Amino acid sequence: MFDYFNPYRIFKINSSLQKIIFFCFILVLSIGLIEALFLSPEDYLQEDSVRIMYVHVPAAWISLGIFSSIALLSFSVFVFKNKNLILISKSLAPSGMLFTLIALVTGSIWGRPTWGTWWAWDARITSMLILFILYTLYLLSFRIFENQDRSNKISSIIAILGAINIPVIKFSVDWWNTLHQPASISLTSKSAIHSSMLTPLIIMTAAFALFSVLIFLMKYNTELIKIKNKGLKRL
Amino acid sequence: MISDLILMNGYGVYVWSAFAFTLISFSSLYLIISLQLKKEQKRFEENFSTLSEEKYNVAISQKIHKEILKHSGSKI
Repeated sequence: MFDYFNPYRIFKINSSLQKIIFFCFILVLSIGLIEALFLSPEDYLQEDSVRIMYVHVPAAWISLGIFSSIALLSFSVFVFKNKNLILISKSLAPSGMLFTLIALVTGSIWGRPTWGTWWAWDARITSMLILFILYTLYLLSFRIFENQDRSNKISSIIAILGAINIPVIKFSVDWWNTLHQPASISLTSKSAIHSSMLTPLIIMTAAFALFSVLIFLMKYNTELIKIKNKGLKRL
Repeated sequence: MISDLILMNGYGVYVWSAFAFTLISFSSLYLIISLQLKKEQKRFEENFSTLSEEKYNVAISQKIHKEILKHSGSKI
């Protein structure tokens, strides 16, 4: 099974995929921006400020998705002792961290006209801030500890422990009284959002997902070349 | 018409700044990762060119090394 995670195989696929993913990202993002900014209707209550949702919600979804993947991969590292899984999770982290930052900043901008404040220590916002701190700690652990085994172990522990925060973020709106409204979109029930707003939301999510794939491919190759550079010096 | 699009009933400053922040963040991260990748590719080429003949033969026999050199546009 781990032959699929062979660095040579991934590097080869990565290098040929980057241009295609970049082209798809630009195309989907352009369509998404036109839909989100000009074609989608304004909300009856929030008016045009609802357009911030098209960057805020996809960023939050993808940041959660990436951290869940990192936690799962980190757990697999302990089980299967495959170091390439660490390389994959390390390459996923920069885009995850950026999406968390985008979710926090755009949420703050959206909060001003909607709630009348830039920031509140609300359960959802606070747990998202914790996610941002976890991403920062995860990435810093690779820089702080020079011993590779130690940094791999510590980063994996951060990711596994940080996974506790994922259900807290997801269910914070149900467990506590927060400024955030409950989820409007669910995989198991009918969406509460009209299709005219759901379409741009899905397109923007696809664009953001493509961007995270692009960054992952580039970062993975960078990290792999870095390792090979060290190997050349040891020859 | 255009001013309506820009002002968005008074919400324009919030909407445009949220989108601008997102796009600037995307461009910045893409630029940073691109520069890191180019830097590592260049370093790899430099390290490769300084290898002795014996070490070069060992290194070039690895498929991954050939692939890295191919994608960095190396003439080695």
